[in-house]
Amino acid sequence: MAKATAALHGTAYLASRRARHIRERLIEVLLFFAALISVVTTVAIVYVLVKESVVFFEQVPLRDFLTDRQWTPLFDDAHFGIVVLLSGTLTSSFVALAVAIPLGTIIAIYLSEFAPYRLREMVKPVLEMLGGVPTIVYGYFALLFVTPLLQKVMPGLPGFNLLSAGLVMGIMIIPYVSSISEDAMRAVPMALREGSYAMGATRFQTATRVVVPAAFSGIASAYILGISRAVGETMILAVAGGMQPNLTFNPLEPAATITAYIVQVALGDLPHGSVGYQTIFAAGLTLMLFTLACNLAGHVLRKRFREAY
Amino acid sequence: MMEQLLATKAEARSLSFYYGDFQALKGISMPVHERQVTALIGPSGCGKSTFLRCFNRMHDLYPGNRYDGQIILQPDNTDLLARSIDPIDVRMRIGMVFQKPNPFPKTVFENVAYGLRVRGERSRRAVEEKVEQALHDAALWDEVKERLHQPAYNLSGGQQQRLCIARALATDPELLLFDEPTSALDPIATASIEELMHDLKKRVTILIVTHNMQQAARVSDFTAYMYLGELVEFGVTDELFIKPQKKQTEDYITGRFG
Repeated sequence: MAKATAALHGTAYLASRRARHIRERLIEVLLFFAALISVVTTVAIVYVLVKESVVFFEQVPLRDFLTDRQWTPLFDDAHFGIVVLLSGTLTSSFVALAVAIPLGTIIAIYLSEFAPYRLREMVKPVLEMLGGVPTIVYGYFALLFVTPLLQKVMPGLPGFNLLSAGLVMGIMIIPYVSSISEDAMRAVPMALREGSYAMGATRFQTATRVVVPAAFSGIASAYILGISRAVGETMILAVAGGMQPNLTFNPLEPAATITAYIVQVALGDLPHGSVGYQTIFAAGLTLMLFTLACNLAGHVLRKRFREAY
Repeated sequence: MMEQLLATKAEARSLSFYYGDFQALKGISMPVHERQVTALIGPSGCGKSTFLRCFNRMHDLYPGNRYDGQIILQPDNTDLLARSIDPIDVRMRIGMVFQKPNPFPKTVFENVAYGLRVRGERSRRAVEEKVEQALHDAALWDEVKERLHQPAYNLSGGQQQRLCIARALATDPELLLFDEPTSALDPIATASIEELMHDLKKRVTILIVTHNMQQAARVSDFTAYMYLGELVEFGVTDELFIKPQKKQTEDYITGRFG
């Protein structure tokens, strides 16, 4: 075969073919390593978190960690009830998502199904800029603008509270939800819309009864991403949410979230290897497991409601 | 002749259509006879689909399109293209079946019920009856009665297309538009759709665009041959295929071009 090819094309051809082959292999190896980096990073993060958490759980029983209703790792009478921080994370995320999911979805429906082309092309980049604002800016926006505004309506509202932080966090998350949802809706084939219009449906009926269900798996991804962002958001909560651990589901109170606690401790000068220092890994692991659970739930949901079109 | 005895369901009068600056239809006038199948044939780009889509104002969905002329729908003598007429009202009376089956991401039942729901039909009983009737009319009932509540995408391509026909029939359209309904189907599914069309014309007027001249000859009573946005010839199908009046039509149907 090789001989026949050589006879046909000459040895120069064979040499160039070998060079091409080597180049292809090289590119393949390069791409593989690029992909490997992300996997290795994830594994490394999990390794560090688990390793340090093991040290933590050698000193604090897992049962206490899950059931204790106080979080005072730096006091003499130390308590390590993660529920306290989790309540802050859940409450602020709930407020944020109560803003971001409805608004983000409505914006996506408007941009994809109603807005004229030129308006959409103008609004989309502006909206996406919301997601590019540094979160520290959002944090002070919440603390110095939104909180005083809310205090005018609710005079008893403390200066640090989860409501203000959550609302601003919601605004930050809107573009994540709206942008991905809109892409999913735009990807719905025109043929489906035409089918709906041909039945005498209005734009609104077409959008809500055909386009949204058809784009559901993409919209669900957008929601999951929004949830992950809310749970992992740090700066806004550290600045405007207050840092004292507080077991509460009332957004009108100040409370620390898992992320805010990690920043707080990491900024302080705790001796390396102390229990206080180890808590941040246990808290980080909790956070990671939580987002992992969200992603898994989203994955299952997407598979279940996947609509091929 | 036969032509004079038939009532007219719809009639295009000097219909021109523009995609922006491009004139896609040039002054077309022709009737669509009641409870007959009228086929639109012609080479790609001749404007036959564009013409069909004027009947349910599909072009209104996209910016920059403009109609000129009239399409009069009987019995009430309504000009479908008039500015005062809401395209949604037009589509309530005129159904459409597309080139590729386009069932919605819903169950078989909900696909057929869609038009009724859009029209605000609340009675569950009425919806169920009409869905069943429409599925019978589309010759699909026996195949899907066991799986009404499964996703429509589980059906085969031919079944999906008959589902789309059932969907259109459920709301009792006066005129049914078919835009190359079998071009994405295999010959067996095509045959079943053609047979169905033959049965349907007892109760509904049909206008069909087809690429396939044999199909036009098989299913239609009247045929219009279009070329470059103009209506070249319109007549009784048998006569048009056997003895076309125009040289251009003859060239096309004998396969000399197209």
